[in-house]
Amino acid sequence: MTKILPKKDVVIIGLGWTGSILAHELTDEGLDVVAIERGPWRDTATDFNIGYAQDELRYAVRRDLFLQPVVETFTMRNNPSEEALPMRDFGSFLPGNGVGGAGVHWNGHTWRFWDSDFRIRTHLSERYGEQKFAGLELQDWGITGSEIENAYDRFEYLCGISGKAGNIKGQIQEGGNPFEDSRERDYPLPPMQMTYAPTLFAETAKSLGWHPFPTPSANLSKDYVNPLGIAMGQCTFCGFCERFGCANYSKSSAQTTILPLLMKKSNFEVRTNSEVLRVDLDGSGKMARGVTYVDTSGEEFFQPAEIVLICAYALHNVRLMMLSGIGSIYDPVTGQGTVGRNYCYQTNAGTKVFFDDKNFNPFIAAGALGQSLDDFNGDAFDHGAVDFVGGAGMNCIPTNGRPIGNRPTPPGTPNWGTEWKRATVEAYKGTLSFSTQGSSYPARNNYLDLDPTYTDRYGRPLMRMTFDFPDNDIRMSNYVSDRMEELAKALGGRQYVVGRAKKGWNSVPYQSTHNTGGAVMGSDPKTSAINRYLQSWDVPNVFVIGASAFAHNAGKNPTGTVGALAFWAADAIRQQYLRAPGKPLVQA
Amino acid sequence: MPDSLSGRISRRTLLSSVGIAILASGSSAAARSLSGTLPWEPFSADPPQPVTSVGWNFFKPEEARAIEAIVDRLVPADDLSVGGKDAGCAVYIDRQLVSDYGVSSRLYMKGPFKPGLSTQGYQGQATPAMRYRQGLAALDAWAKQNKDGKSFADLAPEDQDALLKEMEAGKVEFPDGVDAKAFFALVLANTMEGFFADPIYGGNRDMVSWRMLGFPGARYDYRDHVSKHNEPYPLAPVSIAGAPEWMGKKG
Repeated sequence: MTKILPKKDVVIIGLGWTGSILAHELTDEGLDVVAIERGPWRDTATDFNIGYAQDELRYAVRRDLFLQPVVETFTMRNNPSEEALPMRDFGSFLPGNGVGGAGVHWNGHTWRFWDSDFRIRTHLSERYGEQKFAGLELQDWGITGSEIENAYDRFEYLCGISGKAGNIKGQIQEGGNPFEDSRERDYPLPPMQMTYAPTLFAETAKSLGWHPFPTPSANLSKDYVNPLGIAMGQCTFCGFCERFGCANYSKSSAQTTILPLLMKKSNFEVRTNSEVLRVDLDGSGKMARGVTYVDTSGEEFFQPAEIVLICAYALHNVRLMMLSGIGSIYDPVTGQGTVGRNYCYQTNAGTKVFFDDKNFNPFIAAGALGQSLDDFNGDAFDHGAVDFVGGAGMNCIPTNGRPIGNRPTPPGTPNWGTEWKRATVEAYKGTLSFSTQGSSYPARNNYLDLDPTYTDRYGRPLMRMTFDFPDNDIRMSNYVSDRMEELAKALGGRQYVVGRAKKGWNSVPYQSTHNTGGAVMGSDPKTSAINRYLQSWDVPNVFVIGASAFAHNAGKNPTGTVGALAFWAADAIRQQYLRAPGKPLVQA
Repeated sequence: MPDSLSGRISRRTLLSSVGIAILASGSSAAARSLSGTLPWEPFSADPPQPVTSVGWNFFKPEEARAIEAIVDRLVPADDLSVGGKDAGCAVYIDRQLVSDYGVSSRLYMKGPFKPGLSTQGYQGQATPAMRYRQGLAALDAWAKQNKDGKSFADLAPEDQDALLKEMEAGKVEFPDGVDAKAFFALVLANTMEGFFADPIYGGNRDMVSWRMLGFPGARYDYRDHVSKHNEPYPLAPVSIAGAPEWMGKKG
């Protein structure tokens, strides 16, 4: 029997980055907010304990802080003709779990997307003509770069991002990224001190005429007090960042930037270890009544609310919409339906350069400590003479020297035995790695829907992921791999290996937890699940916030844009929606 | 249409505004309601339990002999380090096989189980513990059949290496449907985990692999060295459990 709870103004599904930002903003508005979080409560002192946080086996290999597949997984296949099977263990991507979400164990690369991303179809059509991207389902996001600039700024100042702006109010800044869009002011903190490998990468890139700059980092270069009055500490370069919680209050997360204030508000409550089963709609199917969730005792609750915010991570957002009947599920055969379309990922490749005479001390590192360049990213370069659209950031960001996972050896080295051991020791300190992180553009047969066979522990269908890298993206990635090879040669090591993206996305080796799309924002309810304010076209008291809103993925990490969209949606709710609750902010 | 939001202030006062309400009693994984304070509980941290190297928790004596022989070939003793057996790799694997990992308790284990494509990952029903039990039995059965009745542990090192290479390359067919190549990959991955993980898990004894590589382990602050490009880092490694010299013992 379902226990019916007292009504709230707002129920938030998931207390990660977006849920925390929305909760903070809407409690400031005076609303009564409850967040329902599937995973446990987590705080720095207890769960990222400095006495044992530096445990590679526990956190990086066994992945203690992550969502476990026994709770929820996805089925996958590369194309609709294959039978999807469950990812019995996660590999290619690792969703988060618990308070703070994936923001607990991210690296901290904090980028802005370009205006030419938000208006991608219009921009590319005007510059090259539509036939340039035939076969890709590129569409505008319904917003512009200048509209969302302030939201990016607020997320960066919330976090204390360390970096160097490249373009302030239209003026190019020495030492920053000359290709970025204009911003109103610099980052709140200066760039981090550089380690050796990114320094060498940047010097060499400059010698080729390219434009490297310090990667914008959520690992703090200095002590910082954010606009909420919450203090953080300087990063100490421990090299236990991605897959770990920061024991040092040096990596921006909900824990280090919002929760110390949010948790003290009497009009906020979080219920942990409680999994939302569905958003419940009224008889018309056009208004949400609240959410049904189950706690660890197995008891079921109905939480009524005026507003439902789905903030559960991109993939979980999409699945919850499907399980709740919010919007219609995309069908690649007819092209109809909006929930599940435009699923995108990231198109990456890596390079290793082996040196005999250098010691990079790989363990002195942080998740976002490095150098990047955008010379071949997005539409920063002319695509007139190439056979693709999109691009990739090139990044030298050596995140760690943890030896279970990070033991480069030159090609031809055996995997075990005396020769393996000698080569491992030789290469451990003397290998420089860098990579390209490429855009991922939507294609008709890359989508999410519900699996017909496999179910979760409550008997609900798993979500099915059908994905392969589009040919355009493979051509793009190979072009930037050629650029990597130029740089690898110029670096002058003994030997180098340049990686190349290939068709046939493999769910086993780790690639990226940048799953985007599936509930995309836009101006047309036929091709987008939510409007430009992240409000459902179909159920206007539901907002769906996260990278699920991305109409495509750029060659950049998504969290900066996720954070900006959270502030953007919060503004729309505070300034517009609350004046006329239940009404669409955009007429379909 | 929804109710107006105007009643929100009065509704809020109905809530118990401060404190932690346990919705379901029991373990720390129980559901909780948190409001009005940044929750913190003393002694709620969850430190790892260091393993002891005495005895076997999973392996039977014959299995233990075989796995010790294997890890000693994968990580052979030489001028760089002790071998995998003396580094504790077999003990590490033994303890892992009776943990969550060994019984796949965190994985998605609902059927139907079907053979998948390589892009879909391991689709078997067998847990790591089951795969070791079956794999080591098949290894010894094959060795006895093909190597004059000797078990794997009794073969000469070069014969052990040759068989392991055949397993790795998928060139040997084990009895009872055991996939020799997949079993080898599992053992190799676990051996490397044990050799390079923190010593508290039973392998990497005396931080032998970290000393070999120059990895400082669980140190947490490199600010003094970050700008010293291309200069060796001077300090010896530490484990989560500290360093031998901290214990008043010889390192």
